[in-house]
Amino acid sequence: MSGDQRPGAGPDPELEAAEVEAAVEIPDADTDDAAAATTEPVADVDASGAPPEAPATAHEPATDDLRTEDGSATGEEQGAPGAGKPSGRRTRDPLAAALIGVLTLLLGFAFAVQVRAAGDDQQYAGAREEDLVRILDELNAREARLRDQIADQRAALQQLNSSDSQSAAALEEARARAEAIGILNGTVAAQGPGLVMTIRDADDEVRVSDILDAIQELRGAGAETMEIDGVRVGVSTAVTGTPGSLMVDGRPITSPYEFVVIGSPQNMETALNIPGGVVQDLTRHGASVTITQSEQVTVDALRPLDTPQYASPDTGD
Amino acid sequence: MIPILGLAAGVLLGLFFDPTVPLGLQPYLPIAVVAALDAVFGGFRARLDGIFDAKVFVISFVSNVVVAALIVFLGDQLGVGAQLSTAVVVVLGIRIFGNAAAIRRHVFRA
Repeated sequence: MSGDQRPGAGPDPELEAAEVEAAVEIPDADTDDAAAATTEPVADVDASGAPPEAPATAHEPATDDLRTEDGSATGEEQGAPGAGKPSGRRTRDPLAAALIGVLTLLLGFAFAVQVRAAGDDQQYAGAREEDLVRILDELNAREARLRDQIADQRAALQQLNSSDSQSAAALEEARARAEAIGILNGTVAAQGPGLVMTIRDADDEVRVSDILDAIQELRGAGAETMEIDGVRVGVSTAVTGTPGSLMVDGRPITSPYEFVVIGSPQNMETALNIPGGVVQDLTRHGASVTITQSEQVTVDALRPLDTPQYASPDTGD
Repeated sequence: MIPILGLAAGVLLGLFFDPTVPLGLQPYLPIAVVAALDAVFGGFRARLDGIFDAKVFVISFVSNVVVAALIVFLGDQLGVGAQLSTAVVVVLGIRIFGNAAAIRRHVFRA
């Protein structure tokens, strides 16, 4: 390599020598500026970056170095050209030229190698142990942070899931309750096993109390919902009127009175037929009663839902 | 001309051979490169100032590299290698900036 450079090095020292002759004296202003300007940034960098020991060690070399090296760049070189003769310099230094060539060659080589090495992905191969420890610490801390985040997110997810399923279950339960209450209250059509009881009142002998007895007896035997002549019976149903012109909830019913009841057919028929019970009573008053059990009866008369005027739900506990 | 040719040839050689840096040299190579760059900038500036001297350049080049590597080596031995190499890079970087400023004044007159 150096052999290659030497022949090329020949002409160059002449140029350089010629320029070295040109200006022996240079204004110091530039270098002073540089030195003055640089001392402060050095202090800054030390103050910001390095641990306590570093400033002391780094600071002194910094300023000293600046002075001496600037001296070498200016002062010493001022001395050197002064010492050398213009004529001597022209022919002087194939050796120096060769050295310069070799050094710059080395620099370029090292530069390229270092750039390559730094570009490699094994950038930690050349790192110091303390740097590696620091990097490892940082990575560990980062990992812990990320794990915390994962745990948080998981907890949030679980919470959302469970609250979702909880609210779904609550909604389902509320719907079921609403249906049950709707059936009991008469706001929803219902169907199921039950019976149909027909009371034929030829002589207008059936009184309000007989109808009420029949309703109570049916409820007592487990009737869940019923209608009388197409009028749904609910909790506030009233039976009024006089024999022959009975009214349920203010709507007239006429003989034959047809009860459509949902409940256990067996139980209800048994309850109606007990001695001294509803059927016997009605028969004694001159009415005739027919009871038909059925696997499937439909109670589809509806009651309007009364909005309570005075009562409101007690939310306080 | 020689330095430019040398640099170019060195870069090409380095890219061509692509050697692996020995493990022991790895902390010092970047510092040495920066120090050498500083010397090269100083030499360029001196040349523009018209006071370039080959001897001074060679000696400052070598001593820069050696001193920088030595400082880092000492720092490693003392357990403050990272900080000292940072310090060296900072100082050399500042010097390079200073030299670059002087070169700039020469080239652009500003």
